Amino acid sequence: MDSEILIEVSQLSRYYPGNNEKGHNGYTIAVDNINFTLQRGEVLGFLGPNGAGKSTTMQMLTGNLAPSHGSIKIGGLDLMDNPIEAKALIGYLPDTPPLYKELTVDEYLGYCARLNRISKNKVQQAINTSKERCGLTEHGRRVINNLSKGYQQRVGIAQAIIHAPDIVILDEPTVGLDPIQMIEIRKLIKELGETHSVMLSSHILPEVQTICDNVQIINQGKLVISASIEELNEHMQTHILHMSCSNPVAIDQLEALESINSVQQKGDKLILHCSHDNFSATENKANKQPSVQQTSQQLIALAAAENWGLYEIYPEKRTLEDIFMSLTCVEPSLAHNEKQEQAID
Amino acid sequence: MIRLIALRELKSLFLSPLAWSMLAITQIILCYQFLSQLDTYMQLQAKLSVLEESPGLTDLVIAPLLGGAAIVLLLIVPLLTMRLISEEQKNQTLPLLFSAPVSMSQIILGKYFGILAFLVIVVLMIALMPLSLILGAAIDLGQVFSALLGLFLVTASFAAAGLYISTLTRHPAIAAVSSFGLLLFLWIINWAGNTADTEVYGENVLSWFSLLTHFEPLLRGVFSSADIIYYLLFICLFLVLGIRRLERLRLPH
Repeated sequence: MDSEILIEVSQLSRYYPGNNEKGHNGYTIAVDNINFTLQRGEVLGFLGPNGAGKSTTMQMLTGNLAPSHGSIKIGGLDLMDNPIEAKALIGYLPDTPPLYKELTVDEYLGYCARLNRISKNKVQQAINTSKERCGLTEHGRRVINNLSKGYQQRVGIAQAIIHAPDIVILDEPTVGLDPIQMIEIRKLIKELGETHSVMLSSHILPEVQTICDNVQIINQGKLVISASIEELNEHMQTHILHMSCSNPVAIDQLEALESINSVQQKGDKLILHCSHDNFSATENKANKQPSVQQTSQQLIALAAAENWGLYEIYPEKRTLEDIFMSLTCVEPSLAHNEKQEQAID
Repeated sequence: MIRLIALRELKSLFLSPLAWSMLAITQIILCYQFLSQLDTYMQLQAKLSVLEESPGLTDLVIAPLLGGAAIVLLLIVPLLTMRLISEEQKNQTLPLLFSAPVSMSQIILGKYFGILAFLVIVVLMIALMPLSLILGAAIDLGQVFSALLGLFLVTASFAAAGLYISTLTRHPAIAAVSSFGLLLFLWIINWAGNTADTEVYGENVLSWFSLLTHFEPLLRGVFSSADIIYYLLFICLFLVLGIRRLERLRLPH
């Protein structure tokens, strides 16, 4: 992978006026001191609950909002100093697709192409490529207003990629789509990731897991984690195994196993708490996976020997909410320390 | 880039029934005024011909007609300009322009020239009425063109003010009412000038600001560069304000 850095964000902050209890000198902080980079060919997922500051960050990256603080470099160009050149490198789909609904798809895309400085003789080609990629080839002559929401979303994406920008920024691209369209759009984004750098925001974890190379989780304007998908998956591991059997199970035998701390029974389902001490520690990456696997294998062997009729066994995965919880619970103490340090300074 | 935005604006106008109905209504109202004025003139013609230095067709029909046209356009232009920016804000389509490699001035100028192109069509259609008199009467073409230029400048000023007001709010209706209010106020601001003691203050300042004060000489065929400059300054002022306002939309409030 080429390691050219396309987006470089440093100490980016944005305050909104208006006080609430978390206010900062009478300001609400939407984005608080964010740093990250996006490399060529990378698909970056931007995860966070509602109101976490995802859209605000994206609006700042695309020049729709001016940051209160910090700098943004797009392809080495500062967005404040060279806005026009920098914006030429970006394709942006806001959370509401910016469609002129009285135009037809072709007219609209033609306008977007010309706005993004595609020369007149290449416009038709750009429209065709973009329509093809977004599955709109049949809909060129239709008025956008008459298209369904999913297709309007596609037109929004087509608009963002029409000038083959280096960076494509998509704000919640799959919201409001039916499952089939969602899968198609995800496939499209994956394809885009091969030739462009893509940054997308979402609050759906599985979506990000299937599409992205790297993930950033943002909460209350702060970047709480910035990791690759593999690292995120590790964060999602727990030390709990779920096991279902059709025949009665001798719980004593389970508890006798070295790696199992306790067993809970819920109907057919057994919840086993294992003693994998390393789930929260990051340095022991190598030991953990085998450990869960070993326990599962032990259990399967045991179940087969005792004829329990095991039909289901899986490790419990933590949800995005759990990760938020565990990550944001650490934060206050860190913030507290920082404050103390500042006070000492 | 400016031309591109202007053309799209013009196209959108003609895709909506609003532009067509406005063209039609303006035309009907002014036609009625034109015909009734022509009728009055025909009745007076015999008496007028006796007088020396009598006012001609141009003074009695065309100048009042174009003066009336300015009033009609005062009502109609705010309805055209109201949607320029506020509708984009409402439909959240502004990000398309903001994230494209286009500067704020290009956006405002593009929008302005789009609406101006439409207003040129309106003025040309109005101009057809007085010009049709050439077929059967002698008219003072110089005065007609001076009056048409005046009408065009007045309408262009209306559009610039309307465009600025449209950047202030995301509700087209509020933009329309406010622009109408502002324009009407600037139209009648010279009333205070008329009642004040002009002998004490000389040329009244308030009346200088009035859109009407500068339009009347042009209607009479008096072409003064001061009046032209007034309109150009007026237009530039509101365009610059519009650009500033658009830039401010991105800033922390």
